[in-house]
Amino acid sequence: MEIFKYKKPLSLMNKSKRFGLLSVTILILSLGLIIGKGFNYGIDFAGGTLIQVQYEGQAPIEKVREAIDSDTSYEGATVTFFGGEDEVVIRTKTSSKALGVDVGDQIRTLLQETGNFEVRRVDMVGAKVGSELREKGLMAMVLAIIGILIYVSFRFEWRFAVASVMALMHDVTIAMGMIVLFNVEVNLDILAALLTILGYSLNDTIIVFDRIREGIRTIKDPDLGGIIDESVTRTLSRTTLTSLTTFFVVLTLYLFGGEIINGFSFTLLVGVIVGTYSSIFVASPILMWLGFSVGGFRTKEAEKLKREKEKEKMRAMYENGTL
Amino acid sequence: MKTLNFRVILFAFALIFGVVFSIPSLTQSESGKKITLGLDLQGGLHMLLGIKSEIAIESRIKSMAASVKYIFDDEEIIFDALRMVDGEQITFELLDKDDVAKAKALLKKELEGTVIIDNGMKFSVAMTEAEVERTKQNAIQQAVDTIRNRLNEFGLAEPTVAKQGEDKILVEVPGIKTQEDEQRIRELIARAAHLQLMAVDEDRNIRVNTMSLAEAKSYGDVILPDVNTGEKYLLRAIPVLDGSMLTDAKVGFDENNQPVINFTLNGQGAKIFGDFTGVSVGKRMAVVLDNKVYSAPNINERIGGGRVQISGRFELSEAHDLAIALRSGALLAPVYVMEKRSVGPSLGADSIKASSMALALGFILVVLFMVVYYGMAGIIANVALIGNLFLILAIMSLFGATLTLPGMAGIVLTVGMAVDANVIISERIRELLYAGKSIGKSIEDGYSNAFTAIWDANVTTLIAATVLYAYGTGAIKGFALTMSIGIMASMLTAIVGTHGIYQWVLPKIDKNKLGLWFGIRTGGAK
Repeated sequence: MEIFKYKKPLSLMNKSKRFGLLSVTILILSLGLIIGKGFNYGIDFAGGTLIQVQYEGQAPIEKVREAIDSDTSYEGATVTFFGGEDEVVIRTKTSSKALGVDVGDQIRTLLQETGNFEVRRVDMVGAKVGSELREKGLMAMVLAIIGILIYVSFRFEWRFAVASVMALMHDVTIAMGMIVLFNVEVNLDILAALLTILGYSLNDTIIVFDRIREGIRTIKDPDLGGIIDESVTRTLSRTTLTSLTTFFVVLTLYLFGGEIINGFSFTLLVGVIVGTYSSIFVASPILMWLGFSVGGFRTKEAEKLKREKEKEKMRAMYENGTL
Repeated sequence: MKTLNFRVILFAFALIFGVVFSIPSLTQSESGKKITLGLDLQGGLHMLLGIKSEIAIESRIKSMAASVKYIFDDEEIIFDALRMVDGEQITFELLDKDDVAKAKALLKKELEGTVIIDNGMKFSVAMTEAEVERTKQNAIQQAVDTIRNRLNEFGLAEPTVAKQGEDKILVEVPGIKTQEDEQRIRELIARAAHLQLMAVDEDRNIRVNTMSLAEAKSYGDVILPDVNTGEKYLLRAIPVLDGSMLTDAKVGFDENNQPVINFTLNGQGAKIFGDFTGVSVGKRMAVVLDNKVYSAPNINERIGGGRVQISGRFELSEAHDLAIALRSGALLAPVYVMEKRSVGPSLGADSIKASSMALALGFILVVLFMVVYYGMAGIIANVALIGNLFLILAIMSLFGATLTLPGMAGIVLTVGMAVDANVIISERIRELLYAGKSIGKSIEDGYSNAFTAIWDANVTTLIAATVLYAYGTGAIKGFALTMSIGIMASMLTAIVGTHGIYQWVLPKIDKNKLGLWFGIRTGGAK
């Protein structure tokens, strides 16, 4: 079966302004959401207690709310359905430091009258741990980006590194915007998802860049735009296919993976779409705007080749004893 | 058909390795190394404990004050105003100028790890920074050991107790079935288990209900309540004995068949206890645990042999836990909960079910897609994919890695991404075939062209995963680990494995059946 058959290059770079505008608009909207509304931090980062309770049959959510409200120390606690109709999740900002006094135990006592239930999960994170986790998460993100910058600069050229990191930030920012928009609770697994997007989107971008690098060497076109067009078109089928298979898998995770990994798979779903888009329409134009010069790159490559040749010659001479 | 090449042999080895070492995990057999399920998948209790190390430091200062008093009394150095300041240092004043040099020499000799500052006759003694740090670390290490001993004695499967970071303790207890058990475990950990045998101040005890704490202190006494009745006792503040002289504690039964705890004292303890009971006949002695009086029996005669009993209207399970705590020793400093996650076994099972289903479905979708789109090339890619899956399981089993829910998601994702390398290669081969190259050349060049892209893309992803592993906690670490293993396994299976298979089957590839082999209609060798 063939879907994408390479015939002639799509003229993408001519339209790069339009894609740029689209990206910038979505970026601004996302940033607006992140700054304006802010993340809905879950207990991993904000601290607090989460209790997941499963009832036999329909959960009496109103009764649960009443029971929780009857204790003033749980002010601001929320009770929501979780997954199906039989499970509820209670979130409170309270956390108990003492080993003997447990918020989970207290809530269980409060709920005694509401019916037959089983407490399936109690997560409690102290405020201090929460802020520590948040700092560590941010640190991980920054370090990952620096590591990538260094590697790509080393393997390609600094402009490729900057372009790929900008594309990454584009993807992660938009994914974050969607997280805020859909009010997904930000926990450790969401952080993992964001870092996965980082990896995935980078993967996509690097493969396109690899083709561009190859294109610079093999395609006669002196214009970078033309080379990018041709290279992107040549990778289009791979990019789309891989994105599709990954998308399938993440979609099954989203649909059948259960409520607990819903946030995680949602974030990935967004990431796969944005990551694919950015590797085609965002990363390459940035490369152009950064003033990447084909001639310069070719000269450098030629010099590198020359140096290697000379080294080989020297070695050969040395081995033959003529030096 | 060409003879087997090294790539196919390597791949075959990898496949056999993968299958053999993932069998113990897949069948959950007793023998062999297998993947441990994370607490989120098998259910259990995960806790991050902090420790109030300032309490350990304070008690160290307290004991320093006691030593100062003891040394000076012993050497007949006269001093006054011995005080503890802010729980950080002790101060005192010498009364005789002639004693200064002697006192300094004594303090230096007897108190290790301290800074002694003298201002003429006024002295202050504080711990050095290194000593403070050592005391803190000691308190944590001691807490880790004590908690581990207690949990091991409780008899649950494989609890983990480890120091985490500078000042935290990680406790993981899998397989807790009920909330009551969880509560018992938490209480067992929290128990300071500070046992003291104290004399009742019989002369003044009659006024205990009207006495203020300050007044009691002025007599060198403390007021402590009875654990059951709340009745107050006036006790001599310096205990006769404490838990450090205890050698064993067991649950027994008294004449009314009520559970009691019998404990045995070491030689020194037994002697002190014997002497004390000998001179205190007719008086009462209180058994005090964590600042609560459990019993205060009358001493009828001298008690030798160092056997003491605590009775306190216990439940059997309570007596059992108490005996464990006493045997394992006291905590130098109290611990508190920083993070607690408990997952019921049913939720863990549900999570496994849901993510396995997602994994299976995603896998089937990808496999079908590859066959439909690429024909035989797709089948070859699928062989690599299956090999990849087994390799991940095998490597995780060998490392005894923990599989968590995000870890399973990581595997699912790896499946999605592992196809990538195969897609890149297949697309490259197709391109070359369109360009009219021979099949052999297309395959060889396809692989070499695709290699840099796959390499660079995977290495960058690996960088991200490594950072995630270094900075992540628990479940995130699991995710990063499975992803890293997945990436490496996929490089082996996709680049080396499938290449070998192509070389192996090359003579069989019919240039007129490119639709079957590579899923394309045109092109091929001219």
